[in-house]
Amino acid sequence: MTAAAVECTGLVHRFGETVAVDHLDLRIQAGEVFGLLGPNGAGKTTTIRVLNTLLPVQEGSVRVFGLDVGRRATDVRRHLGYVPQQLSIEAALTGRQNVTWFARLFDVPRGERADRVDEVLDAMDLLAVADRRAGSYSGGMIRRLELAQALVNRPALLVLDEPTVGLDPIARAGVWERVRQMRTDYGMTVLLTTHYMEEADELCDTVALMHHGRLQTVGSPAELRAGIGPDATLEDVFRRYAGAGFDDHGTEGVRNVRRSRTTARKLG
Amino acid sequence: MSVAVARPRASWAEPVRLLAARTGTLGIVEMQKLRSDYTELFTRMVQPVLWLLVFGQIFSRIRAIPTGDLSYLAYLTPGILAQSALFVSIFYGIQIIWERDAGILTKVMVTPTPRAAIVMAKAFAAGLRGLAPVVVLVPVALLLGVGITLNPLKLIAAAIALMLSAGFFSCLSMAIGGVAQTRDRLMGIGQLMTMPLFFASNALYPIEIMPTWLQVISQVNPLTYLVNALRGLLVGAPANLWTDFAVLVGAAVLGIIGAASLMGKLVR
Repeated sequence: MTAAAVECTGLVHRFGETVAVDHLDLRIQAGEVFGLLGPNGAGKTTTIRVLNTLLPVQEGSVRVFGLDVGRRATDVRRHLGYVPQQLSIEAALTGRQNVTWFARLFDVPRGERADRVDEVLDAMDLLAVADRRAGSYSGGMIRRLELAQALVNRPALLVLDEPTVGLDPIARAGVWERVRQMRTDYGMTVLLTTHYMEEADELCDTVALMHHGRLQTVGSPAELRAGIGPDATLEDVFRRYAGAGFDDHGTEGVRNVRRSRTTARKLG
Repeated sequence: MSVAVARPRASWAEPVRLLAARTGTLGIVEMQKLRSDYTELFTRMVQPVLWLLVFGQIFSRIRAIPTGDLSYLAYLTPGILAQSALFVSIFYGIQIIWERDAGILTKVMVTPTPRAAIVMAKAFAAGLRGLAPVVVLVPVALLLGVGITLNPLKLIAAAIALMLSAGFFSCLSMAIGGVAQTRDRLMGIGQLMTMPLFFASNALYPIEIMPTWLQVISQVNPLTYLVNALRGLLVGAPANLWTDFAVLVGAAVLGIIGAASLMGKLVR
C-alpha cells in the first residue's frame, strides 16, 4: 500500500444541528492529484477547512502526513500551501512583496529567500512584472501570484479551493499547466475542488464525489466513468451521485455561491 | 502507512520565536501597506486639529471647565491626542473582517503563524496610525501657546502610551469583530462604543465634575489613564505614571489575548 498524504477516518463536522460532514473516510495518496467534487453544500469546503486546520476536528480523526491535525496544527501548516476561492492578494503591495511575505511566514531561510521568491515568480511567468503593484494584475496573473505564494515553501500538500473559478479558458489552462509543472518538479500532493468536470477528468488521478456531507464514490476518473457506461463522462457520474435536481441541503451553499460570484465578478 | 514527515515537538522557546518572527513579518506588511498610500494618514490629521482650533479655543474663552493651573488648551491637547488614538483604532476590526472576506486572513491562518501575532501586528499598525496626528497637533498646540515639553524621553514615553492605547482599542475592535462577524454590525457597535468611551474619560473635562456614576465608569476606562499619562508627560500635570502605564500595558495584553482567542471564529 502506498503512503498517505491525508487520512480522514470517521470525520464528522456539525454547524449547530446541521451535519456538514457525515462520517467521512478519505485517503489521499502522497504525490497524487486528488479532486474533491460535489454540488454546493456537499461538505467539500468544510472538509478542506478541517484538514487545513481552520476548523476544529469535532469527531473522528484527520492526519496530514501522519500528523494529527487536532493536536499538531502548527506542524501541519508547515506542510501546506493553500489557495482559497477568493482573490486573496494584498493589492497595495507588489507581486514580489506579496510572495516574500509568505516566504517569511514559512521560515524560508533568509539566505535563500530572494532566490526562492524569484524562482516561483519565474515559474508562474510573473518575474517581469514582479515589482508592479499586484492591484494592477489581471485575474489570471493574480491567480498565478497566489500560486506563487502557496508554492514558495515547497509544500508537501497543495490545497486549491476552486482555483479557476471566473477565469477565462486560456488563464485556466495557464494555471493548471503550472500546477502540473510544479507537481512534477517537487512531487507534491495536490488536493483540489472544482466545478469544472472536464478539468477534474483531465487533471486528477483520483476523484471523490461528496453529497450531503457523505462520500458517495471514489476512484480514478476512468473507473468512475466506466462504472456508469461506455460513453459516460465525469459529468454523468456527478449527476448519478449528486442528482440533477435542486439541492436544498447543506450549510455552505449561500456562502459558497456568494464567494464564487464575488470572485468571478472581480475577474470580469 | 503514512509518509514520515512528522517532526518531533519543538522546544518551549519555539512558540516565543514564532510569535516574535511572525509579528515582525506581519508588522512589515502593515508598514508596506501604509507606505503605499499616505492619504489616510493625512486625512486623519485634520480632525484633531479642528478639535483644538475650534472646540479648544471656544471653550478656553468660556472658562467653564476648571483645569487648575493649566490653560484649557494645555488641558485639552493631550485629550485630543488620546481621542485621535481611540477614533483611529476603534474601527480596526472592520479591516480584519474585510481581510477575512477577501480570503487574506484565511490564507495567513493556514501558515504556521500564531493568532496572537496577527493581532499584535494589527495593534502595531493601529499604534502607528494613532501617532500620525501628533505630527500636526503638537506644532499647532505650540503655536497656540501650549507649553508642550520638548524633552525627547518624555516625548518617546508619550508615543509609547499612545501606541499601547491604540493597540488596546484595536484589539477590542478585533475581538468584537470575532463576535459581530460582519462589517455592518461592527460599524454599529463601534459607533455605539466610541462616544461613551470618549465622554466617560477625562479627555475634555476633569473627572471631579462628573456625576458619581460616570466617575466610576471613567475609572475603569483605559482612555482616562492614557490622558493622565499624556498630561503628565507633555504638559507637566500631576500624574501617577506607573499606574497609568501599568493599566495601559495590562489592557493591551488582555486585548491581545481576547482578540487572538476570538480570531478563529472569524474564519469558521
